[in-house]
Amino acid sequence: MNTTNESERSELENLLPWHAAGTLSVREAQSVEAALARDPELKRRYELVREELAQTIHLNETLGAPSARAMTELFAKIDAEPKRHAAPSLNLGARIAEFFGALSPRTLAWSAGAAALAIVLQAAVIGGIAFREQSTGYQTASVSGAASGDGSYALIRFQPQATAADITRFLETNKLSIAGGPAAGGLYRVRIAETKLPKADRDQRMQALQSDKIIGFIAPTE
Amino acid sequence: MQAASDDVLIGRIANGDRLAMQVLFARHHVRVYRFVLRMVRNEATAEDLISEVFLDVWRQADKFEGRAAVSTWLLSIARFKALSALRRRGEEELDDEKAAAIEDQADDPEVTLAKKDKGAVLRQCLTKLSAEHREIIDLVYYHEKSVEEVAGIVGIPEATVKTRMFYARKKLSELLKEQGIDRGWP
Repeated sequence: MNTTNESERSELENLLPWHAAGTLSVREAQSVEAALARDPELKRRYELVREELAQTIHLNETLGAPSARAMTELFAKIDAEPKRHAAPSLNLGARIAEFFGALSPRTLAWSAGAAALAIVLQAAVIGGIAFREQSTGYQTASVSGAASGDGSYALIRFQPQATAADITRFLETNKLSIAGGPAAGGLYRVRIAETKLPKADRDQRMQALQSDKIIGFIAPTE
Repeated sequence: MQAASDDVLIGRIANGDRLAMQVLFARHHVRVYRFVLRMVRNEATAEDLISEVFLDVWRQADKFEGRAAVSTWLLSIARFKALSALRRRGEEELDDEKAAAIEDQADDPEVTLAKKDKGAVLRQCLTKLSAEHREIIDLVYYHEKSVEEVAGIVGIPEATVKTRMFYARKKLSELLKEQGIDRGWP
């Protein structure tokens, strides 16, 4: 083995403890896996690391747990602290996460439903305005092609544990919009394409959407 | 209902939410206790220290910026507290030889078992490592901390984390060899 390979091996060998603990980046883990597959000596040394890992966990797990005294003392000290005035956290991400985290799935479903209803009502109002404008003779060049009946739609039920952030991310990533719902069973009518897709394309699109973990149910609809 | 993330709990604690503190404590106190106990080697001191660690969390939650995982932040505070306690006790100079002597003197039934069980010998040798080596082994293997996180907790460069881990493992192999187990490494 030449110097470069020796140095590369040594570099990878140093990462074995983290590889065994599962704390390497995907790229590093792949490099280590590839090296383990082609280097039997490295693989043998990796077994030593795994042995150390197992026994370190065993040792720590036999250390027991603290008595209730630690918790009692902590909260006695906390109660003796000056009263704190609630101030809004500066961490916006945590605040948003906390807001949605505080909602039960049922509340979340109602909220999402209310939001969807607001979108539908808004669409109806805008549609009404557009219709009135059309009826008075004013028409832009773009309106004629945007017939409301076009597009491909699906009925979707989200998993109960899906958060509003998950749903928003799913809709944005896949360029979807909620066209109606929630209906009975928490089903939403979602536009999956702006044009009427051929059956094969629609099925393919549905299959791709179904692979997302927040989808509980999906079926084509008109 | 999904469990609130550690970051969310810290946000609530910053606003004085006592219940959030109880949840965070329940979630992490055993691991923090074990980390501290391995350093100070005294259960009563370790218990005192974990209440100090979590009191610091209560007081400083509004300063937590979320750049590291909450568990990493907890271990950093715990390490600082444990080192301060060791300094107070005048044990910071406890070297490998003294530590090993203490372990050897203990009437540990595991020693007898160790002769038959390789795993038990390995565990026995883990207790004989220096404080520095024990710490890094625990952080990597038990507390599942990445190179970057260990560097943050211990306050050393990432390259040093890797070399320190190497020397800790090398020392472990030497201790095993003294017990009649030759691993053929390093």
